[in-house]
Amino acid sequence: MRFFEFIPPQDVLAGTYFESWSTGSTVKGRFKEEKSTEEQSIVREFVDGAEAIARGAIAAGCNFFAGYPITPATPILHHMIRELPKVGGVAIQAEDEIASLGMCIGAAMAGARCLTATSGPGMSLYSENIGLAVMGEVPLVIVDVMRLGPATGGATTVGQGDVQFIRWGTPGGYPIIALSPTNPPECYSLTIRSFRLAERFRCPVFLLADREVVATMSTVDIAAYEKSVGSQESVSKLKMAGQDSFVPYRIAGPDDVPAFSPFGGIHLVRFTGSTHDERGLLTKDPENIARLNEHLAAKIEAHRQEIELVSSDLQSGAKTLVVGYGITARSVIEAVRIARRNGKMVSSLIIHSIWPVPENAITQALQKVERVVVAELNLGQYRRELERLVSCERKLDRCPDVVGVNRVDGKLITPQQILDGLL
Amino acid sequence: MKTEYVSYRNDSPYPFCPGCSHTLVLDHLNAALVKLQLDPRQVVIVTDIGCSGLSDQYFNTNAFHGLHGRAVTYATGLKLANPDLKVIVIMGDGGCGIGGHHVLNAARRNIGITVLVLNNFNYGMTGGQHSVTTPHGGITSTTRAGSLERPLDIAETVAVNGASFVVRTTAFDKELPTLITQAIMNEGFSLLDIWELCAAYYVPNNTLTRRALDNLFMTLGFRTGVVHKEERQEFSQDYWKQGASQLGRPALKPKALESRFTSTLTKPVRILVAGAAGQKVVSTAGLLGRGAVLSGLWATRRDDYPVTIMTGHSVSEVILSPEEVFYTGIERPDIFLALAPEGMRSSRRQFASLSNASTLYIRRDLPPVETAAHIIPLDLGRVSKKEAAVTAVAAMLRYSKLYPLDAFQEAIRLTQRPAVAEESLKAVERSSIVTD
Repeated sequence: MRFFEFIPPQDVLAGTYFESWSTGSTVKGRFKEEKSTEEQSIVREFVDGAEAIARGAIAAGCNFFAGYPITPATPILHHMIRELPKVGGVAIQAEDEIASLGMCIGAAMAGARCLTATSGPGMSLYSENIGLAVMGEVPLVIVDVMRLGPATGGATTVGQGDVQFIRWGTPGGYPIIALSPTNPPECYSLTIRSFRLAERFRCPVFLLADREVVATMSTVDIAAYEKSVGSQESVSKLKMAGQDSFVPYRIAGPDDVPAFSPFGGIHLVRFTGSTHDERGLLTKDPENIARLNEHLAAKIEAHRQEIELVSSDLQSGAKTLVVGYGITARSVIEAVRIARRNGKMVSSLIIHSIWPVPENAITQALQKVERVVVAELNLGQYRRELERLVSCERKLDRCPDVVGVNRVDGKLITPQQILDGLL
Repeated sequence: MKTEYVSYRNDSPYPFCPGCSHTLVLDHLNAALVKLQLDPRQVVIVTDIGCSGLSDQYFNTNAFHGLHGRAVTYATGLKLANPDLKVIVIMGDGGCGIGGHHVLNAARRNIGITVLVLNNFNYGMTGGQHSVTTPHGGITSTTRAGSLERPLDIAETVAVNGASFVVRTTAFDKELPTLITQAIMNEGFSLLDIWELCAAYYVPNNTLTRRALDNLFMTLGFRTGVVHKEERQEFSQDYWKQGASQLGRPALKPKALESRFTSTLTKPVRILVAGAAGQKVVSTAGLLGRGAVLSGLWATRRDDYPVTIMTGHSVSEVILSPEEVFYTGIERPDIFLALAPEGMRSSRRQFASLSNASTLYIRRDLPPVETAAHIIPLDLGRVSKKEAAVTAVAAMLRYSKLYPLDAFQEAIRLTQRPAVAEESLKAVERSSIVTD
């Protein structure tokens, strides 16, 4: 198990720490390996997703957080406010959600590794700045702890209704990346992976969690953190600008990602949310405009393979495939266990990379399947994606039926509901 | 040899209408920067939206052009992440409307940024609509018979809310470069409310002149010059000072629970604790889970309570199992702890599902219930409210033997502060006499 241990650099002790901020985005500290405890008795903990997300963020070197209180994302705000000063970071409660994401965007462009967390109503207010982060190519991580909507909805009640909202929540509709954890180890590892992808592609990455995944406490084998999906990856993938002349939005090809130079660093930096050329200057030139807008899509679309992440449990001969994500994935796993115990054949696919849709993994899982059951706490938002993928262009042996198991009453989908949907 | 900066302007000509005051203000800003000889890499011009939002493109400094009204939030993030930066916000009176909340809060924090409000009383870029600073009676495209609203005094507003350097003047003020210099050098939050002429709309609609601007100050009774100045700790430095004691402390890490106790549980047990706010239901359910982990079991806990946490129901669902628990909900509890009418009401569906295979632990002082479950009454009459859940759960563990009571006590010691733990452990002791 790796834990982040903060090592105060000499300049911190000397009181000139501020200067070190401008030199890059790497937080000063190192990972400490704790001895494997497997030879001793099994060591477990009882923990919720909020704490696992905070620990993941610190392990990823997060050093800036701005957020606004909202149930059920508030515990993450509390953890970050308490923890970041310990690692030399800044955590602040902003005046509203707009300012929360605005501050994160400013700090990220100054080289900080930024996190914010909110829930559906806050996502509404994040919307405009999500567009700015997409346009300005800002690496940052946004946790959306979904609750029951629309509007104020049910603050302490679970829902999974933001799935399409986060995908299309900004004018222009450019791709974003969203990862979805189902338990505390994944909250930890996918938070780290979110930072990695945010820096790799210089875009906002959403950790799409929900009230139950974040608030429910579970027993966790401490060894599970290391084994959890995505946990083995290094964090920093930000391509830093060299010493030579710097052009803020210069790219080698449509799917390339511009090199990063922080405000206050060695280069002059120009950042803009307006349609711009490679220098970051406003442009109305159709060629430049097309290059920019196609690039914003291509840098993610062309690298889907790097992003795709699922947990598939395919049983040969199974005619039904059950698909789920977030808290609902846990009902899917339970249902599959019960079904198999009763001699039924069934496959399951847990989607971790919600956006972009993991089309390869899904298409593979769809082979020889006659029925796809998509379980989600909304009226069928992700089912649309499955319906799209079963269309016959996908070279499937046959086109399976896609059915939904849905609930919007604030209660969890039960394993029995899923079992009722199997062939 | 040190570079001398003779200008911070680039070669691009300004894009503003003839007669627009923005040109004057940007020249004054350039003069101030030249006077200060700042490293352009340490200067960020953050612009808002509108004609004034174009300004950053004409300077050889860092530039940040964001969304309408939010310039101050980006500036705050930049300054917090790199307190060495000199962050200068250029916004219009429009930005003071849509982003007034941010301006106000930046002032309250006294964050070390400088805000230039290029105030020409209307929205120039979108066709001369009224803004928050349009004087009463001002003719604009959306107040055709004169504005009925009172103009916002942005300078006095930030002055009474924590800004440490506030100026009001016009774009024609010869002292403006000096005032901008002072504003940038001020460690805390500075704002300059700079009144201007909008040649395209406000001037032709209202016959405003340079001289009339001075009269307008008097008509409105608005003070001019340095309106406010005070010594106050700048926010980002204050933050670091306050956080210094935390620096280097160990960050959040797992609170490891070794399985030192054993349980004979062979299948999952679903426990519902139906109580009320103040009975410590949620934290006790957490202890129940931790005790299970200490006994080598897997556990989950999910909670339900209203938004106002100090009143109404408080319900926790705890599942204990020899195997990992995936589905965390409980439709049919094996054990139902009825501790308060509020919890009973909100869990009525689960209560109705109880069968003769379930056990109901119910306070004696609750109204009688009809159920097929095996009933174990709890005598909690003399137990204080905040110890109700701990006492009941301990009694349940004594009776059900799901796992050793020692493990529950150990969970209390590992989780709670010593003083609280002592009270809880006493409650565990008392639990021996609450059942028959």
